[in-house]
Amino acid sequence: MIIGELINSSRKAMRPLIEAWDAAAIAEVAKLQAAAGANYIDINCGSFTTDEPKRLAWLTDAVRGSVELPLCLDSPNVEALKAALPLVGDKQAMINSITAEQERFSAILPLVTEYKTKVVALCMSDEGIPVGVEGRINVADKLIADLTTAGVVLDDIYIDPLVQPLATTNEGARPLLDAVITIKAKYPQVHCVCGLSNISFGLPKRKLINRVFVVQAALAGIDSFILDPTDKQLMGALYAGEALLGNDPFCGRYLAQYRKGLYDE
Amino acid sequence: MYDKIIAAVLSGDTEAAATEAKLLTDNGVDPLQVIDQGLIVAMGEVGRLFKENEIFVPEVMMSAHTVTMVIDQLKPMLKEERASLGTVIIGTVKGDLHDIGKNLVALLLANNGFKVIDLGNDVTPEKFISEAKAHNCDIIALSALLTTTMINMEATIKAFVDAGSRDQVKIIIGGAPVTADYAASINADGYAEDAASAVDICKQLMS
Repeated sequence: MIIGELINSSRKAMRPLIEAWDAAAIAEVAKLQAAAGANYIDINCGSFTTDEPKRLAWLTDAVRGSVELPLCLDSPNVEALKAALPLVGDKQAMINSITAEQERFSAILPLVTEYKTKVVALCMSDEGIPVGVEGRINVADKLIADLTTAGVVLDDIYIDPLVQPLATTNEGARPLLDAVITIKAKYPQVHCVCGLSNISFGLPKRKLINRVFVVQAALAGIDSFILDPTDKQLMGALYAGEALLGNDPFCGRYLAQYRKGLYDE
Repeated sequence: MYDKIIAAVLSGDTEAAATEAKLLTDNGVDPLQVIDQGLIVAMGEVGRLFKENEIFVPEVMMSAHTVTMVIDQLKPMLKEERASLGTVIIGTVKGDLHDIGKNLVALLLANNGFKVIDLGNDVTPEKFISEAKAHNCDIIALSALLTTTMINMEATIKAFVDAGSRDQVKIIIGGAPVTADYAASINADGYAEDAASAVDICKQLMS
């Protein structure tokens, strides 16, 4: 699954559009991502700290009016989620995100169950962001156990093992990939998701690292990505990678997207 | 005289830097000079190169590691405590567990001659205030990665005001969601766009 990341107020180009309540411009960005092959549209206006609920609700309306795709509501702010969720329409929305931090977990869980959303669950607890393989698996175990106990089905859970920048680790993405392999082996129906761009922070030619990582991540079992779908070389790497892994029967998607001109080699 | 040790720091070659430091001090050079004219000058250059995208985060970390190791080697030989540029207390604000960027800033500040006290992450305003008092610090550096925790920067600054100690410290902020406008709006004394600028800003604030 491809979650288009462009509508985010932390991005320099987007902030003024959200600031100015420019619904037409937001609609264009949503359409652009839909045309580029996105399956979900992420919306994030977290940098508007004073009126995030109002703005997230407005973004929800603006995107829904322009594309048929479901929404990924990207906020840990309960009030903002409460304002936006009634507006998401018939398609199953996704909440991005819940964590194993006690306070955040109990605040967001009722929204996941009430609106029957999909949910991104970050491998992060009150003890912090786990390092290494075991730490990530332990937090994922707890998240999956607690979510399923509350009635969330496995297929609606998207574990995010939290990508750390390659530039600041000595082990590369290896621990994350090993954790994903274990999590997928234990819970085949659970999805794994990650944001791509953090991996390349602090290094030159970032797009190259993103592109190689998307293939490695898919091999480990990450099946959903939060990314810029208009990056045609990245999308090419993703589609080719999925086909090579046998995740694209008869190369159907690879060929369909080729005909639409949605990727470059 | 310090060309070799500076080159060793720039290439992150700890062994060569340590050997050169020993050679210099064996020949009677004051270890303090080795630190100030060699290591600190080299880190200044590292900061400049980093800012200009000539070198990248892993290289900065290697150079910083080299400097830390050589300073440890020289420390026992110092006759007196090195005068620092100032004391900086750094931490990621309450509710935020991200520390990669903050660690990089702490590393660069320490290797540029500041005394750095790193309070870690998820640091409450009260903790910042009590530590600032305890260490008589000059600068408070606040980090946040999340838009949801960024607001705790404002809360921390306000807590300093309420405690009556706001004018005893300079407060600078940084982190992915933070902007210069936001820094101005919460009455911070400075905003650092990246780790290298954090060093520049701290130097300015101390001058």
